[in-house]
Amino acid sequence: MQELFNIFVKSIFIDNMVFAYFLGMCSYLAVSKTVKTSMGLGLAVVFVLGITVPVDYLMNKYLLSEGALSWLSPEFATVDLSFLSFIMFIAVIASMVQLVEMIVEKFAPVLYNSLGIFLPLIAVNCAILGGSLFMQEREYETIWQATSFGLGSGVGFLLAIIGIAAIREKIRYSNVPAPLRGLGITFIITGLMGIAFMSFLGIKL
Amino acid sequence: MSEEKKEKKAIFSAKNRKLLINPLHKDNPITTQVLGICSALAVTAKVKPAFVMTLSVMAVLAIGNVIISILRNGIPPRIRIIVQLVVIAALVILVDQVLKAFVFDVSKQLSVFVGLIITNCIIMGRFEAFAMANKPWESFLDGLGNAFGYGWILIVVAFFREFLGSGTIWDYPVMEKLGVYSFGYENNGFMILPPMALIIVGVIIWVQRSKDKTLIEEK
Repeated sequence: MQELFNIFVKSIFIDNMVFAYFLGMCSYLAVSKTVKTSMGLGLAVVFVLGITVPVDYLMNKYLLSEGALSWLSPEFATVDLSFLSFIMFIAVIASMVQLVEMIVEKFAPVLYNSLGIFLPLIAVNCAILGGSLFMQEREYETIWQATSFGLGSGVGFLLAIIGIAAIREKIRYSNVPAPLRGLGITFIITGLMGIAFMSFLGIKL
Repeated sequence: MSEEKKEKKAIFSAKNRKLLINPLHKDNPITTQVLGICSALAVTAKVKPAFVMTLSVMAVLAIGNVIISILRNGIPPRIRIIVQLVVIAALVILVDQVLKAFVFDVSKQLSVFVGLIITNCIIMGRFEAFAMANKPWESFLDGLGNAFGYGWILIVVAFFREFLGSGTIWDYPVMEKLGVYSFGYENNGFMILPPMALIIVGVIIWVQRSKDKTLIEEK
């Protein structure tokens, strides 16, 4: 149990998707103009990462990695399909996003309306595919570890995007040099936030 | 034969030259269109991986643009995202296997970021904005131009980070050869850390926009 919690905290603060790996930057920059919309996007990312990472973990364990097919028949013990993982993961993500969208629309119309356009957009968010690829690279042992990694990464993204949106709302009232206005200053603020987040690197979990 | 002649004529037309040159500056994918930042920043600690990344994106973008442009009249608009993703994923798998076969050490350094070319917004963005509506040759030029625009930013960022951070360029120990260490010079380890890439891109945007006032955003 403690191990799961460690993975969760580690993926929020130390291995933060945005500040440590620059994943999900495109939507991070495009949708962070107000806190309200960024909250919607952040929640959608937590939701989708929490579902796709464990599903891709199962795909990887029982379909793609070397010897994974041996549950079918012992002949397949040497088959290694891991070169197919990109196309499998992206297919899982695209279909999961579609499925999640339909389920949310049916059972939670309020949530659906607040997430709006962000759900379909998430299929092409690098943070989602990145979550699955990191899960594969780091070789988590159980599905629970993979799930807590997925949820933690999502919460890390949520934290980062709400932070930058709040700063951008305030910075509108300050006198930024004209060539830096908008995109330029956002890059620099993100860099400074990244430096602040690096102080978590010293934590050993 | 006649087709070849047409293409040769097309190379020199002013419109096509614009397709190739505009993304380098005015219409740059990173600093103006805000596309493809995710992978751009993570691979720029050294020049070599940045260069390999640029070549990979160039291959995927140029070839993918041509494929989508050839298929553009046959793709039903409803499922076009899936079709585009399949084309990109297939090309990225090819690039990944080539990198693993010929430059294994760089491929290890790039780790998941080769796979993340799939969700690199430059590629989807150019497919949507250009290849779906234009002929193969123009799409090819557009792909090349955008990859160059992406690449030069990557290489400039990587140059500064490697030069100031590790004192080398393309793994060649410049600072050591200059002998500045004996005067007490130290590498600035800060430059290797990820946040500095963001700040360097911010500075590039600053320089670019102060030179070209038309790019400045409205308040």
